[in-house]
Amino acid sequence: MSGKAILQFSILFFLISPSFAQTNNNWGEIHGNFQVDAQYYNPDSAIGAPPVPEKMLMNAFANIIYTKGNFTAGVRYESYLNALQGFDPRYKNSGIPYRFASYKVNNIEITVGSFYEQFGNGLIFRSYEERALGYDNAMDGIRLRIEPFHGIYLKGLIGKQRYFFDEGQGIVRGIDGEFQFNEIFTMLKDMKTKISLGGSFVSKYQPDQDPIYRLPENVGASSGRLNLIRGGFTLGGEYAYKINDPSSTNGYIYKPGEALFLTTGYSQKGIGISLSAKRIDNMSFRSDRTATGNSLLINYLPALSMQHTYSLAAFYPYATQPNGEMGLQGEFVYKIKKDSKIGGPYGTDILINYSAINGIDTLNLNDSLTRKGYTSDFFKIGKTVYFKDFVVQVTRKFSTKIKATAFYANQVYNKGIVQSPGYPIIYSNIGVLDITYKAGTSSALRMELEHLSTKQDQGNWASVLLEYTISSNCFVAVLDQYNYGNVDNTKRFHYFNGTVGFIKDATRITLSYGKQRAGIYCVGGICRTVPASNGLTLSITSSF
Amino acid sequence: MKNLLSGIAFLFLLSLNPLYAQEGKARKIPAVEVKALDGSTFNTSSIDNNGKPIIIDFWATWCKPCVTELTNISDVYAKWKKETGVKVIAISIDDARNTAKVAPFVNGKNWDYEVYIDPNGDFKRAMNVNTVPHTFLLNGKKEIVWQHNSYAEGDEDKLFELVKKEAGK
Repeated sequence: MSGKAILQFSILFFLISPSFAQTNNNWGEIHGNFQVDAQYYNPDSAIGAPPVPEKMLMNAFANIIYTKGNFTAGVRYESYLNALQGFDPRYKNSGIPYRFASYKVNNIEITVGSFYEQFGNGLIFRSYEERALGYDNAMDGIRLRIEPFHGIYLKGLIGKQRYFFDEGQGIVRGIDGEFQFNEIFTMLKDMKTKISLGGSFVSKYQPDQDPIYRLPENVGASSGRLNLIRGGFTLGGEYAYKINDPSSTNGYIYKPGEALFLTTGYSQKGIGISLSAKRIDNMSFRSDRTATGNSLLINYLPALSMQHTYSLAAFYPYATQPNGEMGLQGEFVYKIKKDSKIGGPYGTDILINYSAINGIDTLNLNDSLTRKGYTSDFFKIGKTVYFKDFVVQVTRKFSTKIKATAFYANQVYNKGIVQSPGYPIIYSNIGVLDITYKAGTSSALRMELEHLSTKQDQGNWASVLLEYTISSNCFVAVLDQYNYGNVDNTKRFHYFNGTVGFIKDATRITLSYGKQRAGIYCVGGICRTVPASNGLTLSITSSF
Repeated sequence: MKNLLSGIAFLFLLSLNPLYAQEGKARKIPAVEVKALDGSTFNTSSIDNNGKPIIIDFWATWCKPCVTELTNISDVYAKWKKETGVKVIAISIDDARNTAKVAPFVNGKNWDYEVYIDPNGDFKRAMNVNTVPHTFLLNGKKEIVWQHNSYAEGDEDKLFELVKKEAGK
């Protein structure tokens, strides 16, 4: 659609729309959102900022959804002119990679076009978007959701996955059923224990064009899950099995894959405990066996470590290793009551988290004939440490004006495994002091002091952030991250950055200027690397 | 570039359109399935508060300003409920990585809200939420009358003024 046509259409729409307002919704409704991120890059070879020949890069997208009764349709327009540093450069130019129509009647919902879906925890199927990561494996095809009886939820889908502005070669199809026993059987309705059982089967087809190996064209994976909840106790588990799936990720071996995910927890007012454990063995599942990076992934293997928001605590983030890992995580959340001796006048929040992830125990088979790769004892934990994280966080409000959070983390990060071979294991200690002073009814000053100490990699870092909220519509912030402990004293840089932001209802505009250190940005175990940069960033987001 | 500018102009005009810029226009929440903390499936069309205002707050355990906003509101929630009968529905967009931790987290912080989990972002997408925290205010007729993205200290007081208006106080 040409720019001129869009402009004419929008003016026409704007002029005739008052008539919509009068007929009061016989025409349905249109809503949406949009986001534009643009960055102007200054060359800065000292900090390792790569040269940007375009000088300015921009990512943008807009969603428009139309609803009328049981009918919904929508499109998303995306534009990468060119993609920002740190995003896959295969996102290029503009277009509409996402469009769908959906209709719901009785207990059946059908969607044609693009859709997202998840089976259970996602161990064999998860199609989702994470716009901040540039992650999008939307399906393009048909999806059916049916509730044939109260408490039985069935899903069926078939399609191809999104590959930038195109589609992957493989065809993916799947079915999922979930049975909520307390809803199905009326005599169980008031039973204190809630039980739900689920199972799914997913299969992908990709032609075998390999000249050397005879590759399986249809690869199936199945999973079963069970969840039990009684009062404050929860217990859940999901097990997945995938038949042989030689791919570039696993080195073209014919070993089947397995995954197990277990969670348990207890909570009541004021206290919460959760424990989870997982095992992954050869569970990379893509609709194109030659795909690399974050493209064409069919499943989602959740990372078991705590998701950090403090910048230096997220300095060495863990990324799930689909070829094999075993991990556990425990979290304890507690609120010391207000007006108690230790709690203080407003109570005190405590959070303790421990996570540890190791490799799996493998025995290489060295068989070039069957290419089974290796065997691995299911219950043995591998000796190689991949990641460890111990966190203590205390939050306390001291008065109506002051509150603070103190945070400490001790981390072990196997950079050679998580990033690329040849790097050492990094041992670090991180401390954060986060204080907010409420100056007036709508103004506040927040100071975040962070420190990371390590003897490996780049050495120690210190970070200071000052954020001043002028009113509920405006804020300014300054940040300085200083690598004062770098063994190489020519690399002891200050990454100094200033931001100003405006917010009005659902619209937010921010402008930042300065240096940004190289880093890894992760969500859920999927990461993207952001190189160092120096320049001006503009970000606009709105919903309507 | 021209296409992009036209596209942005189109969307800007769309957002100015009186159809939804006007307050009180009957924008109801879409019917999407989310999960309750007890594992059961809940349809958002069942969200109800007996004709009193409703606040729908999208958050995540890893979103600091979201947790700050919900903690600040929980300090005054009892007073809010007494004065206006408002109900806060907190929708967590935590995915499978953190889903099992949501209930212990909510209880550990002693929050009193009606909490649901939207693990694959279906409800978030249907409500056109971009980033969290994102808060919606529904009037007694369950129509969306206000929405806000991000959180600054003191925003909850402004929200309460709007809630009181909708509750007719």
